[in-house]
Amino acid sequence: MARKTTATRKAGVTALAWIIALVIFFPILWTVLTSFKTEAVAIADPPVWFNFDWTLENYATVQERSNYARHFMNSVIISLGSTLLGLLIAVPAAWAMAFVPGKRTKDVLMWMLSTKMMPAVGVLIPIYLLFRNLGLLDTRSGLVVVLMLMNLPIIIWMLYTYFKEIPGEILEAARMDGANLRNEIIYVLTPMAVPGIASTLLLNVILAWNEAFWTLNLTAAKAAPLTAFIASYSSPEGLFYAKLSAASTMAIAPIMILGWFSQKQLVRGLTFGAVK
Amino acid sequence: MATEHSKSAARFMIAPSVLLLMAWMVIPLGMTLWFSFQRYNLLMPGMETFAGWDNYYYFLTDPAFTAALFNTLFLVVGVLVITVVGGVLLALLLDQDFWGQGVVRILTIAPFFVMPTVSALVWKNMFMNPVNGLFAHLFKALGLQPFDFLSQAPLMSIIVIVSWAWLPFATLILLTAMQSLDSEQIEAAEMDGAGYLSRFFYIVVPHLSRAATVVILIETIFLLSVFAEILVTTNGGPGYASTNLTYLIYAQSLLQYDVGMGAAGGVVAIILANIVAFFLMRMIGKNLDA
Repeated sequence: MARKTTATRKAGVTALAWIIALVIFFPILWTVLTSFKTEAVAIADPPVWFNFDWTLENYATVQERSNYARHFMNSVIISLGSTLLGLLIAVPAAWAMAFVPGKRTKDVLMWMLSTKMMPAVGVLIPIYLLFRNLGLLDTRSGLVVVLMLMNLPIIIWMLYTYFKEIPGEILEAARMDGANLRNEIIYVLTPMAVPGIASTLLLNVILAWNEAFWTLNLTAAKAAPLTAFIASYSSPEGLFYAKLSAASTMAIAPIMILGWFSQKQLVRGLTFGAVK
Repeated sequence: MATEHSKSAARFMIAPSVLLLMAWMVIPLGMTLWFSFQRYNLLMPGMETFAGWDNYYYFLTDPAFTAALFNTLFLVVGVLVITVVGGVLLALLLDQDFWGQGVVRILTIAPFFVMPTVSALVWKNMFMNPVNGLFAHLFKALGLQPFDFLSQAPLMSIIVIVSWAWLPFATLILLTAMQSLDSEQIEAAEMDGAGYLSRFFYIVVPHLSRAATVVILIETIFLLSVFAEILVTTNGGPGYASTNLTYLIYAQSLLQYDVGMGAAGGVVAIILANIVAFFLMRMIGKNLDA
């Protein structure tokens, strides 16, 4: 807001905002700090804040004991794979609906959205049994397909709202200048569509990375991504705080960095364009 | 511009998405419906018989269902109240002019990116554990008895954990909406002598109401399906104290292998979710016209 604020008021707001932000962020900060402690220091009472011998031992132990790298790769493959596959299917659909809208386009879009409202647990049994019978339980390809289907409506919607903002007149202008369809797509549309596609990719990788219903129910040791791997710390290994923290830090760090870059897209994607 | 040719090309481009989503909807839904009328346990394969409405009868009259229904309600409403009220207050604060806005924003939205199993385990072990948790240390330092959050107040504890993850979402969306508020409107009201409270209730609240509705509806969809947080903290217990519908159906299907019951529960969950979805769809549909 453009209104003038006095310096004292600004200082007060600053202090309050920082205190609240730090309280909200504290569990993450504490997890990261704990991951560099020894187990004894991790449970010390009174708690030790910064003044301890920092160690990377926990990270090494987590990898050694449970092949952390494998689960990390599973997460990467499943989240990226499901998103890319989804984009492959969604880009033509969103494109067609944005540039060649028909009478029923709106109905189709709403229907696609409605598939997202189905609670996952409502189809847990059929999907589980289908997976079992097709030998897809605990495979990465099975999860890639399920997460792709789950996020497909969001992918189409996000792309649609981005494509919708590309003005149609620019195509006519290009055509007047003698561009054929191929040149139109390569030189005019693609550069304008890339940012929207990139944002969609980012948000959906985040959603797929953190998905914790299908990943927990359809995987065991082999294809488990980090969500399921971390769940195995629920007991009794979770009582080794430093190791739990190391595993957690590595699981959330990459996605948090991606997330910070995509704040704006997050709002748009998660509200299906209703709030921008 | 749309010729017959481009129209059929468009149909061809949309077809794969529509067919896939159709299959994803119809096949599992049909199977759930079918199983819900079968007496079918995975431990006794080949013994399936028609069950009529039995599965529904047993599911709906099971005391666990009533417990789970109320727990689901408390969980959803509790988290909604905390995140929406907290989100509005935080958005008001973060919309002010202060030093370090960018960093504060990043810190505030961070919990949203933490995967559910991590946030639940971190809270369970490092904060709520009655011996080694930070809260226990704090209570002891204050001379109080340590409190075993997850066994003495399991549902409340889960509400706190889930709220922590969703507060950033509500804040982010409400803040985005707040920033689109026309500051001239506020200034005009100020000049006309409107005090802070009346400016808040007559200008800010109406402006935020649409974003708040969207937050409520979207959170509801996700909160009805809270699962991982319960699985890794309490396993739904003690007793059914922290079992929600999603967890109950999971337990019946994959822990007790009762496919028929689980499927009947699934149908009930789908019906409940659809009631919520109906309102959400109307909101978004209206927005599509605007």
